Amino acid sequence: MEKPHTTTIQVGGHACRVWRKGEGQKLGFIAGFGGLPKWTPFLDELAQHHEVVVPSLPGFPGGPPHRELDSHLDWLLATRDILEGAGLAEQHLVASSVGAALLADVAAVWPTSVRRLVLMAPFGLFDAAEPTADPWARRADALPALLCQSPEHFVELRKPPADELDPISWHLEQTRAVEASARFLFPLGDTRLAKRLPRIVAPTLLLWGECDRVLPPRYARRFSQLLGAATEVQVIPNAGHLLELDAPQAAARAVENWLK
Amino acid sequence: MKVLYFHLMPYPYLPENFREAYSSVWVEIPPELFDAQRATAMYNDYIDELELAASSGFDGICVNEHHSNGYGLMPSPNLIATALSRATQHTAVCVLGNSIALYNPPTRVAEELAMIDCISGGRLIAGFPVGTPMDACFAYGQNPSTLRERYAEAHDLIKRAWQEPKPFSFDGRFTQQRYVNTWPRPVQKPHPPIWIPGGGTVDTWHFCAENDYVYCYLSYYGYQSAKQAMRGYWDAVAAAGKAANPYRAGFLQFVGVAETREQAMELYREPAEYFYGRCLHVDPRFGPPAGYTTEETVRAGLKSQVGSVTGQSRSLMPTDKSGREMPAIVENGYVIIGSPEEVAERLAAIATELNVGHLLLLLQFGNMSKELNAYNTKLFAERVLPKLQPLFAEWEDEWWPQRATSAPTAAP
Repeated sequence: MEKPHTTTIQVGGHACRVWRKGEGQKLGFIAGFGGLPKWTPFLDELAQHHEVVVPSLPGFPGGPPHRELDSHLDWLLATRDILEGAGLAEQHLVASSVGAALLADVAAVWPTSVRRLVLMAPFGLFDAAEPTADPWARRADALPALLCQSPEHFVELRKPPADELDPISWHLEQTRAVEASARFLFPLGDTRLAKRLPRIVAPTLLLWGECDRVLPPRYARRFSQLLGAATEVQVIPNAGHLLELDAPQAAARAVENWLK
Repeated sequence: MKVLYFHLMPYPYLPENFREAYSSVWVEIPPELFDAQRATAMYNDYIDELELAASSGFDGICVNEHHSNGYGLMPSPNLIATALSRATQHTAVCVLGNSIALYNPPTRVAEELAMIDCISGGRLIAGFPVGTPMDACFAYGQNPSTLRERYAEAHDLIKRAWQEPKPFSFDGRFTQQRYVNTWPRPVQKPHPPIWIPGGGTVDTWHFCAENDYVYCYLSYYGYQSAKQAMRGYWDAVAAAGKAANPYRAGFLQFVGVAETREQAMELYREPAEYFYGRCLHVDPRFGPPAGYTTEETVRAGLKSQVGSVTGQSRSLMPTDKSGREMPAIVENGYVIIGSPEEVAERLAAIATELNVGHLLLLLQFGNMSKELNAYNTKLFAERVLPKLQPLFAEWEDEWWPQRATSAPTAAP
């Protein structure tokens, strides 16, 4: 897997990493729980037919600082600024998990800023009758099995590269990404997105891992009921919450088909 | 030296198979295990025990805050502290404390503690803990990423609320109040002494040193676990250019006294094993969530590989069975037992080595009966306390309530 091209943009006076790879129609990706310490096979699949642009959310690996973001409005504005800075205004956007909660909000608050949208197991809703799992009440060694159907996919993503010179900072970066997601989603993951989903006009594909142990797949139905736009739900077999790690090819294929 | 009697108010009726049958004593403890009929006597007995300590000559009596917790039944320590303020005359009333980040607005804490300071006539010690992850983040749903920022802001607001001579507006990141005007005002000026309980967070050492607060190392694992944390704290005090006055520090210790070591071993076995075997059975997923522990502390822990001191990934309960049994509990120093002479000697040695001028002692623990607690308390007060109190006479305790004096030893 060839590494992506790394660029840096300035957001609110802070540096933000943006990965780019591939050629073709532009497509932005916002990472899910834990962020992206490494380029992944899923992104590589997408880069075969698209120019894939991957900025980092605040607090996530490569992202600007998150501790000055106190309110949901702060987070939305930061996300919007990052997307614009990365050249992703009015482009196709794909996002996973915690990142998808923010992206859904961007698409709701600025409805014309997104062309077509793919939300992979987005956070943002909470149903007391079928509660989501609590990923923040979890020892680090229990996260892989919660997030992935094949836990080694998550373990591999977070393992420091063999040439990593500062494994302590690497470890802190992973923890910080979990903290950053807590900052806008703790304790329930409910951002009151239900109120705003009807505002989305971008045609939206909802992708869900069949074995999602964080957000039960029935949440897909709730999302599709609330979304104001043309919507399709696809469930990816043998995949957990971070379905793009468990089933990179199937997930990429679903995205490609939706964007055609 | 000042010696305080500390009570956790543990629920004493957890079933024998609690560890096997239930997932956690904290956060998810089953509601059906709480027998409110028995709790009336339990609470009143526990208040009696604190009053007994006050009348027996302890310098202070100490309560604290826990939520959804089977070994700590004071969600509001202020209620108990108020009752104690009325029932005692001289003893310091130590509330260790109110988890100030949990209250909205935090001026509620300023008000309630001012009330207690008034009712007690200026005998309050105000403890400001960040709060454990189980209490603050899980039971109370406080965001781990903003908890310490809220804490810092609440601290600033409460201190101003106690001291500002006029009503003022507060425009914080988390709290906005147009009219802050704390009525009543605390008796102690400029404010009651502030003590900060901690578990080894690097930032807390510096916070206490720089602000001249008492740092209290609270752990259930005795002297061995305290050594590294106290060393870190005293380094921070030195770095702040302050003198190593032992009264800048507090340390928690379980103690059981009897006429002989053998008797003590027998008497305190059941309550100690109850505490270490049932009360510390906490589901490890309720350990510190990401963001709770500061990056500086995590970094220090990873560098020195002392996860226990930095609160990282340690199970609260001793992991092997023998570690939860009395010989190991005593051997590891979790509970100090013995004759009054032995206990006095050991505590004096520990206080001297850690340089700690405030001893916070748990003489009641686990499912200890009222009778055994009374025996432990009185024997300690009569034969251990007099040996400890003269320690550190060369230092002035600048962190003691202005109106608290050592209580007369005669019962009321």
